[in-house]
Amino acid sequence: MISQRAWLAVALLLAAAGAQAQISGGVVKIGVLSDMSSLYSDIGGPGSVAAARMAVEDFAPAKHGLKVEIVSADHQNKPDVGSAIARNWYDTEGVDVIVDVPTSSVALAVSQVTKDKNKVFLVSGAASSDLTGKACTPNTIHWTYDTWMLANGTGNAIVKQGGDTWFFITADYAFGHALERDTAEVVKKAGGKVLGAVRHPLNNQDFSSFLLQAQASKAKIIGLANAGGDTINSIKQASEFGIVKGGQNLAGLLVFLSDVHGLGLDKAQGLIFTETFYWDMNPQTRAFAKRMAAANNGKYPTMVQAGVYSAITHYLKAVAAGKTDADGAKVVAKMKSMPTDDPLFGKGSIRADGRKIHPAYLVEVKKPSESKGPYDYYKIRATIPADQAFRPIDQGDCPLVKK
Amino acid sequence: MAAVDPGVIAPIQPARTLPHQRVAFAVMVAFFALAPLAIYPVFLMKAMCFALFACAFNLLIGYGGLLSFGHAMFLGAAGYVSAHAAKVWGLTPELAIACGTGAAALLGLVTGLIAIRRQGIYFAMITLALAQMVFFFSLQAPFTGGEDGIQSVPRGRLLGLVDLDNIWAMYAVVLAVFVGGFLLIYRAVHSPFGQVLKAIRENEARAVSLGYDTARYKLLAYLLSATLAGAAGATKALVFQLASLTDVHWSMSGEVVLMTLVGGLGTIFGPVVGAIVIIAMESYLAELGAWVSVVQGAIFVVCVLAFRRGIVGELGHWLKKPL
Amino acid sequence: MDSIFGIPVQALFGQLLIGLINGSFYALLSLGLAVIFGLLNIINFTHGAQYMVGAFCAWFLLTKLGIGYWWSLLLVPIAVGVFGIVIERLMLSRLYKLDHLYGLLLTFGLALIMQGLFRHEFGTSGTPYAMPEQLAGGRNLGFMFLPNYRAWVIVASMLVCLATWFVIEKTKLGAYLRAATENPALVQAFGINVPRMITLTYGFGVALAAFAGVMAAPIYQVNPLMGADLIIVVFAVVVIGGMGSIMGSIVTGFALGLIEGLTKVFYPEASNTVIFIIMAIVLMIKPAGLFGTVR
Repeated sequence: MISQRAWLAVALLLAAAGAQAQISGGVVKIGVLSDMSSLYSDIGGPGSVAAARMAVEDFAPAKHGLKVEIVSADHQNKPDVGSAIARNWYDTEGVDVIVDVPTSSVALAVSQVTKDKNKVFLVSGAASSDLTGKACTPNTIHWTYDTWMLANGTGNAIVKQGGDTWFFITADYAFGHALERDTAEVVKKAGGKVLGAVRHPLNNQDFSSFLLQAQASKAKIIGLANAGGDTINSIKQASEFGIVKGGQNLAGLLVFLSDVHGLGLDKAQGLIFTETFYWDMNPQTRAFAKRMAAANNGKYPTMVQAGVYSAITHYLKAVAAGKTDADGAKVVAKMKSMPTDDPLFGKGSIRADGRKIHPAYLVEVKKPSESKGPYDYYKIRATIPADQAFRPIDQGDCPLVKK
Repeated sequence: MAAVDPGVIAPIQPARTLPHQRVAFAVMVAFFALAPLAIYPVFLMKAMCFALFACAFNLLIGYGGLLSFGHAMFLGAAGYVSAHAAKVWGLTPELAIACGTGAAALLGLVTGLIAIRRQGIYFAMITLALAQMVFFFSLQAPFTGGEDGIQSVPRGRLLGLVDLDNIWAMYAVVLAVFVGGFLLIYRAVHSPFGQVLKAIRENEARAVSLGYDTARYKLLAYLLSATLAGAAGATKALVFQLASLTDVHWSMSGEVVLMTLVGGLGTIFGPVVGAIVIIAMESYLAELGAWVSVVQGAIFVVCVLAFRRGIVGELGHWLKKPL
Repeated sequence: MDSIFGIPVQALFGQLLIGLINGSFYALLSLGLAVIFGLLNIINFTHGAQYMVGAFCAWFLLTKLGIGYWWSLLLVPIAVGVFGIVIERLMLSRLYKLDHLYGLLLTFGLALIMQGLFRHEFGTSGTPYAMPEQLAGGRNLGFMFLPNYRAWVIVASMLVCLATWFVIEKTKLGAYLRAATENPALVQAFGINVPRMITLTYGFGVALAAFAGVMAAPIYQVNPLMGADLIIVVFAVVVIGGMGSIMGSIVTGFALGLIEGLTKVFYPEASNTVIFIIMAIVLMIKPAGLFGTVR
C-alpha cells in the first residue's frame, strides 16, 4: 500500500515536472538570426546580438524563475539559408523564438516555418508590410518599422513641406517596387505629382546616368527607393553631380544610422527620412546607446537593433506572465494582450495583425558644423503619433483581422 | 585546349565495375540510409541534393574536361519550375520533380548547342554568360517571385498516396533520387560512352580522326550533366519548400566547383564527400559570419596548392585504387 | 529633331558622355586583368579584391597617415603591386605547369579570403573617402552638369591605358614580354630572366587594379564588396576584347560603357546583364574575341 505521503510526493513531483515542462527544455532559447557578414550587417548583425544580450540582462530572468539562452546565426540574406537555420533551430536546438531577420524574403520564409512549428517570430530588421498583411500569421509580430510606415511618414511629411513633385530612383526588385509604389500613392493622395521613375539593377555601383535623368525631370524631390549600398552610392554621387546645390532634394526612403555613418555628414547632410528610434532623444535611449557602443565596437545602435532589445524584453515579460514558452501562438496572443513599455520605444501596443505600434520620427541629417559628437547626426523634424504612423488595420488583408 | 592535369584525374576506369568501388558504393548508401537516425535529416537531404549536383558537375569537368562556370542555372531553373509546378499547378511531387528536371534538360540542350562549340576558358565564359542571362531572367520574370523567390511550396503526396510532409517519406524520395542519379552517372562513366569521352578529353583531334563525332559526345555529356543537376535542384525545392535567386547566382556555380575540388575532381565518390564537407562546414560556421568566406577561401588555396587530388583522390592514391 | 526615340537629344548626349566616362573606368579596370590574363594566361580572380584593397589603402593613407589623394595614386599601386608580387612568388608560380583552372581557383580562394577579412574588420556600409579639393565641383556644359572628377577619370584612364599599350606593344621590353609568354624556353635561352619578368608583370597588373581602386574611392563607396560583382564584368570585357590584346580590352571597355549607357536610358533594369549577352554573341561568332588571336 503506498502511503499518503508517497502519493503527495509523487503529486508534487508531477506538478513540478508539469510546471517545468511548460518551459520547453527548461530553457527559454532565443535565436538572433541576422545578416552577420554582408549588406545589412551594420544595420542588424552582431549589434542585434549585443542588443539581445542586453535585453536579457536587464530583464534579469533569474528573478522570474527563468533560464534564458541566446544563439545566433548568419542568414546571408538568402531565404533558403535562413529557413534552413530556422528549421534546424526549431527542430533540434530547442529554440523558442527567432528575432531580427533583415531582408524581407528571408523574413517571409522564416515566418512560414515559424507558423508550421508553432514557435514565435519577432521581426525587427525586415521591411515588407506584407508580414502584417496578406502574409500575417498568429506566430509573427512585426516590430520596428515597415514599408507602409516609411512611405507614409516620409512621403506625407515631405509633400507637406512643399516637396510636391517627385522622381524615383528605384532598386529593381520587389522591395524597391513596393516602396516606390507605396510612396507614390501617398504623394498623390497628399496632392503631389510623380514626374517619373527609373529602375536600376540591384547592387549597382554607378548612378550617374540615373541621377542625370532625375535632374532632367526637374522634380523637386528625388525619392531613393533602394537600400544599403545602393542608397549610399546614390547619395554620394548625387552630391558629386550637384543635385542638392541645383535645388533638388533627396528623400531616402530606407536609411539607417549606420548608412549615414558610412557616408559621412558631408555627403548625407540635408537628407530627410523616417525612423522609429534615435539614440539621442532621452536619457534612457542615450544610456542604451553608450552601453551598445561599448559592446559593439563603438557603433551606436540602429533602430533595428533597438527593436531587437524592445521585442525580447516584451517577449520575456509575456513568457514570465503566462509561465510558458512552448505554444508560440499562445505567447504571441499574450504579447498582444499586454501593452508594451520599454526605455527605448516608450509605451505602445501590438495589434491583432501582429503589427507593433509606436510613434515614428521624421529626421533630417545635420550639417557637419551642427554635429557635436560621435553619431550626433539627426535633427528630429516631426513626430508622427503612433495611431497614424502605421497602415490602418483594416487595409492590410490580414486573415487574422475580423472584418 | 585546356586539359585538366592528368596527374589528378583517376586512371582510366575499366568498363566493368571494380569490387572496391562496389564496397564504397555500399558504404555510401548505408551511410545515407542510416545516418538520419543520428544526424538531422534535413541536413542530410540538403547534402544529398548538393552531392548529386556536384556529381553532375564532375561528370562534365572530371570526365569530359569541360569546366562550366554556369552550372547554377540548371540547379536554379529546375528548382523554380518544380516549385511552380507543385505550388501553382498543384502537381504531385514526382511530377513536379520531373517537370523541373525536364526544364533543366531543355535548358541544357539550348545552352549546350551554343557552348559546346568552344573549349577551355571560352567554354567556361560562355556558360557564365548564359548563366547570368538566366539569372537576369529569374530576377525579372514575375513567376519566380524576384528576390522573395517561390515560397511555401507544398510537398504534396507522392503518387497521390504518400504524404511527403512526413520527414521519413521525403527522405526516402530524396535518397531514391540521389542514388538513381549517382548510378546513372556511374553507368555512363563506365560505359563505352564514358571511354569515348575520356578519349576526347585526352586528345580530341585523335578521337575525331578515329571517326567519332566529338561534338555529339560532348553535347550528350553536357546534357546528362545538366539534367542531373536539374534533378538535384527540383528535389531541393521540395525539401526546403522554397526556390530562390541564390540557386541561380554565379556564386553557386563557384560553390559546386569548390565541392568537387575538395572531394576530388574526376573521382566517382569525390563530389559526394566534397558536398558533405562543404555543407557541414557552412552549417557549423554559420555563427562566424564573415569568417566563413575566409575559411572557404583558405580551403580553396590549400586544396589547389597542396591537396589537388581532393579527399577521395588522396584516399584513392593511397590505396592505389581508383575511387 | 528634338528627340530620338522619345528621349530629348540633349539628354541623350548627356547619357552618352556618362557612358564614355564609365567606359573609361571599365577600360582602366580591365587593363590590369588584360595584362595578366591576356599576356600571362593567368586567370586572376583576385583582381576585384585587389581593386578593393587599393581603395582601402587610399582611405588608410588619408585617415591614418594624412597622405592625400595625389600621393595615394602613386604609393598605393606600388604597395599593392608588391603584395601581388609576393602572392605570385609564393603561390601562383607553382601552378604554371598545371591547367589554368588551378590558377583560377587559387586566385578565387585568395579573393574570398581578402574580402572576408575586410568585411570582418570594416563591415559592409564602407567608409567615406573625401573628394580631393582640386577636383571637386564641376561645370555646366549646357546639356548636363559634368563633375570635374569625372572628366579627370577620362583623362587619367586614357593616359594610363595608352601608356600601358605603348609599353607592351611598341617597346623592346614589351616585345620581350610578349615573346616570353609565347615561348618561355626559347626566350630564356637568350639570357632573359623569364620568371622575373612574369613576376614583375603580374605585379604591374595588380598595381593597375589598385590604381583603379584609388580612382574609384572618391566616387564609389569604399566597401569590402566593391570588387565582388565587378570582377565578372571585367572578365567579360577582357574576353570580348580578346585575350592577348591590350588594345582590344581598352576599346571594349569604352564600348561597353557606351552600350551600357544607352541601355540605362532605354531598358535600365538590364544594364548589368547586357555585357553578358554581348559576350555570348561575340564568343559564338568570334571565339578569340574581337581583337584576339586563338592560342
